[in-house]
Amino acid sequence: MILKRTPLFEMHQKYQGKIIDFGGWELPVQYEGIIKEHHRVRTKAGLFDVSHMGEIEVKGDQAEAFVQNLITNDAKRIVPYQVQYSPMCYRDGGVVDDLLVYKFSTEHYLLVVNASNTDKDFDWIQKNAFEGLDIKNVSPDYVQLAVQGPLAESILQSITDFDLKTITFFHFQPQVNIADVPCMVSRTGYTGEDGFEIYVSPDQAAYIWEEILRVGGEDIAPIGLGARDSLRFEAKLPLYGQEIDKDITPLEAGLGFFVKLDADDFIGREVLQEQKQNKPQRTLVEFRMKDRGIARSHYDVEKNGKKIGWVTSGGYSPTLEQNIGLALIDRAYADPGEMLDIIIRNKPVSAEIGKGIFYKKKTKKTNGNESRNRPLTQ
Amino acid sequence: MRILENLYYSTEHEWVRVEGEKAYIGITDYAQHHLGDIVFVELPELEAEVEAGTEMGVIESVKAVSEMFSPVGGTIVVINEALEESPELLNEDSYENFIAVVEMNNLEDLGTLLNPEQYEALCAKEEQEGK
Repeated sequence: MILKRTPLFEMHQKYQGKIIDFGGWELPVQYEGIIKEHHRVRTKAGLFDVSHMGEIEVKGDQAEAFVQNLITNDAKRIVPYQVQYSPMCYRDGGVVDDLLVYKFSTEHYLLVVNASNTDKDFDWIQKNAFEGLDIKNVSPDYVQLAVQGPLAESILQSITDFDLKTITFFHFQPQVNIADVPCMVSRTGYTGEDGFEIYVSPDQAAYIWEEILRVGGEDIAPIGLGARDSLRFEAKLPLYGQEIDKDITPLEAGLGFFVKLDADDFIGREVLQEQKQNKPQRTLVEFRMKDRGIARSHYDVEKNGKKIGWVTSGGYSPTLEQNIGLALIDRAYADPGEMLDIIIRNKPVSAEIGKGIFYKKKTKKTNGNESRNRPLTQ
Repeated sequence: MRILENLYYSTEHEWVRVEGEKAYIGITDYAQHHLGDIVFVELPELEAEVEAGTEMGVIESVKAVSEMFSPVGGTIVVINEALEESPELLNEDSYENFIAVVEMNNLEDLGTLLNPEQYEALCAKEEQEGK
């Protein structure tokens, strides 16, 4: 298999990223070290190449109704230049993918999907398309960068005349000149910190990358996929293939907030409606290791020697300095305070279910603008 | 990347320092570098019998779980418990911080191990193949 390279591949080499095969893409897992990079994003700022993410454009008179039908969230609640997070489900309630919906107008949306799901998503979207819509996989047209961390705004502000404060949480601007290069900028991210995602044309990507690192100086550095995962995990942000999957519904994964059953009909609604009424049999819980050991994705979870579920994500949390995890388990054992056995190398290791043990996200920004235009997601 | 003289090396990136019948065992600088930030060490049990080439512990980095093998056979007589509290010591200096000491039952096991020059060649080869 030939690995794909993002237009920033030379930058990853220049900054000595350790390159791995990530779902068919050659991307850096780390530069200086995952934990160091993790702390940098929590305390200062980090720059990520997330160009492997997919972008699908939907245009046409019926675009709003179509997006509404496709996702579990209520697309009608967002206004132009607002972003919405949503699962996209199969008819059986399992998740095709989770995505960000960028609304330009009721006739024009951009869906940002997970890298490894892009082709699958595009097929699914086309299969369910309404007539007369123009649907394009425009992923190759965009490089996506993320600037994340408490200093993200001040760093980016120093190379744009656009007042970034006017872009509130889960909103975007389609035309922002960053270092004199036209970009689309949203206040979104996958780290639990404040920050931005920048969409730029591939031929300008390396220039923007270098400019951001130049103006950020000591306050910013490139961050690899290792820290991207530890940051999202610690902030309890779901990852497709782990917390959600084709066999896991958003309600089971604790994403009920993004399933608007009172909105217009959407794919999977019937099953989710029924699941909500009867309460799902399985639910996602937070846990903390009580004995020595690190829970990892897909390890079994047992209670009295009986399997009751599995770990969806687990690991060492660099900020909390604890071994924590998320598990999808039988609802009967899901109360805070319950003890679980995580099966690590064939041995049960004790863990305790908790609530609110994960990192508290620092993403919510409020100002006058936002009170009129509240973000409806997260 | 550092490779020390006076040590034996295994193809699995462990080092062995011999003092009489005792073998101090740890992981190499190359190994710690490739594992990345080490966040957990599972030590062997004291007095456990190990055979050359069999698992004697587990080292976990942020991303990966790696088994560690005993390059020699014998009995575990000392374990470095400091690593349970501070696994990052292996990143700081993997030669200063041994994992365990094995009382060897067959000194011929040492003959199967690599000398520093051979180990350096192995690392160079793996480095090239890895890219």
